[in-house]
Amino acid sequence: MTDVVPSIPSPAIHSEDRAQEADHPASQVVKFGIDQPLRLDCGVDLAPFQIAYQTYGQLNADRSNAILICHALTLDQHVANSHPLTGKAGWWEIMVGPGRPLDTDKYFIICSNVIGGCMGSTGPASTNPATGKVWGLDFPVVTIPDMVRAQTMLLDRLGVETLFCVIGGSMGGMQVLQWTAAYPERVFSALPVACSTRHSAQNIAFHELGRQAVMADPDWRGGRYFDQRTHPHRGLGVARMAGHITYLSDAALHRKFGRRMQDRDLPTFSFDADFQVESYLRYQGSSFVERFDANSYLYLTRAMDYFDIAADHGGVLAKAFAGIKTRFCVVSFTSDWLFPTSESRALVHALNASSARVSFAEIDTDRGHDAFLLDVPEFFDISRAFLQSAGKARGLDSVAFSSEVDTGSHSNQARADCVDLSAVENALKRKSSGGG
Amino acid sequence: MALQEQALPLGGVAPDRTGNFRTDHLLVAEMIGRGAKVLDVGCGDGELLQLLESRGIDGRGIELSREGVNRCVAKGLAVVQGDADTDLVNYPDDAFDYVVLSQTLQATRQPKVVLENLLRIGRRAIVSFPNFGFWKMRLQLLIGGHMPRTENLPATWYDTANIHFCTIKDFVELCDAINVKMERAVALDLYGRPVPLNLPWWVWNMFGEQGVFLLSRGRVGR
Repeated sequence: MTDVVPSIPSPAIHSEDRAQEADHPASQVVKFGIDQPLRLDCGVDLAPFQIAYQTYGQLNADRSNAILICHALTLDQHVANSHPLTGKAGWWEIMVGPGRPLDTDKYFIICSNVIGGCMGSTGPASTNPATGKVWGLDFPVVTIPDMVRAQTMLLDRLGVETLFCVIGGSMGGMQVLQWTAAYPERVFSALPVACSTRHSAQNIAFHELGRQAVMADPDWRGGRYFDQRTHPHRGLGVARMAGHITYLSDAALHRKFGRRMQDRDLPTFSFDADFQVESYLRYQGSSFVERFDANSYLYLTRAMDYFDIAADHGGVLAKAFAGIKTRFCVVSFTSDWLFPTSESRALVHALNASSARVSFAEIDTDRGHDAFLLDVPEFFDISRAFLQSAGKARGLDSVAFSSEVDTGSHSNQARADCVDLSAVENALKRKSSGGG
Repeated sequence: MALQEQALPLGGVAPDRTGNFRTDHLLVAEMIGRGAKVLDVGCGDGELLQLLESRGIDGRGIELSREGVNRCVAKGLAVVQGDADTDLVNYPDDAFDYVVLSQTLQATRQPKVVLENLLRIGRRAIVSFPNFGFWKMRLQLLIGGHMPRTENLPATWYDTANIHFCTIKDFVELCDAINVKMERAVALDLYGRPVPLNLPWWVWNMFGEQGVFLLSRGRVGR
């Protein structure tokens, strides 16, 4: 038998680079001082803290065309620009850009890294200003409502009172629902995709598996791996592998890999990655540890586990959306067993009971939960049509783009469309001081 | 109550023949006032909803087929995937001004329960259905000895989705039995024209290819 090759090699991207990205990201950042704490559900006032975000497109004259994208568990704010650590393309470039469903020629698109994340918004990988050391497990436990509360503070800073649309899949969809339940007057339309109003027992179980894998790695060091110059890449890699299986489907795995062998014709009679599917999972695990913080993974999975909108409204989901004016388009995928259609249907029933204006489409695909990130034309068509019809109802077409809020010269490349925040802030100051 | 005793205000219906919309859809649209909130049960491709929205009516839809729903949503319509037989119970009382059931009643498993739900969810209901008492239908059974098939109902008996056919007379009796008030009733002939109003009921039941009814809740405690 051959020697066992480590399945998840040490990350090539240096820990210092990830730490740098957590504190001083390549994105725009808004900082909130000690006088502007983020009230967390756990009872802690988090201050100071910061939010890292990206924007694409231009805000129009009456600030009515802003779309907030809420990212999923392991994603970040780099929606339509190359990733600062990995150099890979933005995770939703297929959806966001000129002429795309989230058309940067029409909408002003914002995506911020969630609180608890590791790409520049304050989280366990950030430096705790009180100690000068990385927060680690000293970071307070955050929830989906906390993430959304932080986003409202960001939007207040950006001068965006109401959102034309909030859109997101998976954990992003949970944030969308939290937005509509907690701040319905700030959300004109909502597009929750492949998500649920609460995390199921099975999903909590998979998250616990992932967390235990991280914590079982001796290099995790009780969460103090930054200080002790280790990295729990094996545990985090295994967590990612388990998670990744839940994002796919039996049919998709079979179509993609079947029982095919990896660069060999016969089994090696070892624990090497004989099968293509093994090799693929190891690749997923090892590429994930390049860019993601292990503690952040613990915190964000926990936030999803705690999510239950109905529980916050006396156990009656419909109460969460009583009298809501927001237009909804709920989307699920047939082969998604992590957030199955039945969960979306329960949401739709609650929205119907609240007489909300809701569309609901289940899209036929074998690509599992991750279908919302992939090239699924029917999903694009529905998203585009929903936004167009909502835009008509909001009168977006008749609003000019502002000359005062100069968001920089518009480029055909979405990645070049990052708005200069100082220009927005200056414009706001000019407005509030009555000058022009 | 006998059929002839029903006092029906039948006037005022003059379907618009312009445009590309189906006559029965235009008739339904005529019955609904601007600004009303309407649920279209079994909305298909959303043709009626589009007509309603173009007239300033707030329309929502339920459709059983996934393809139908996705086509509606892709048109920007507020439509959800659902089944009239099982999903209407999830809607609260008085949620809509009108609930429309267009050419769908005969495809439900429990038409009576569906009808009761329509008038619980909506203050009024508009129901249209193919009339199995239509003379061509009768003739096919009487002379041909076959289960009737028409241009509008081309499916054979073994693969049709329509499992609960009725005649206009049957429908009126059902409304009477469950205390539903008929506010307007129109029979359309094969060409979508209203059957003349001054003719007796049996003529409607014979020459109406489909019936369109505007219904409301009957008096309580009858």
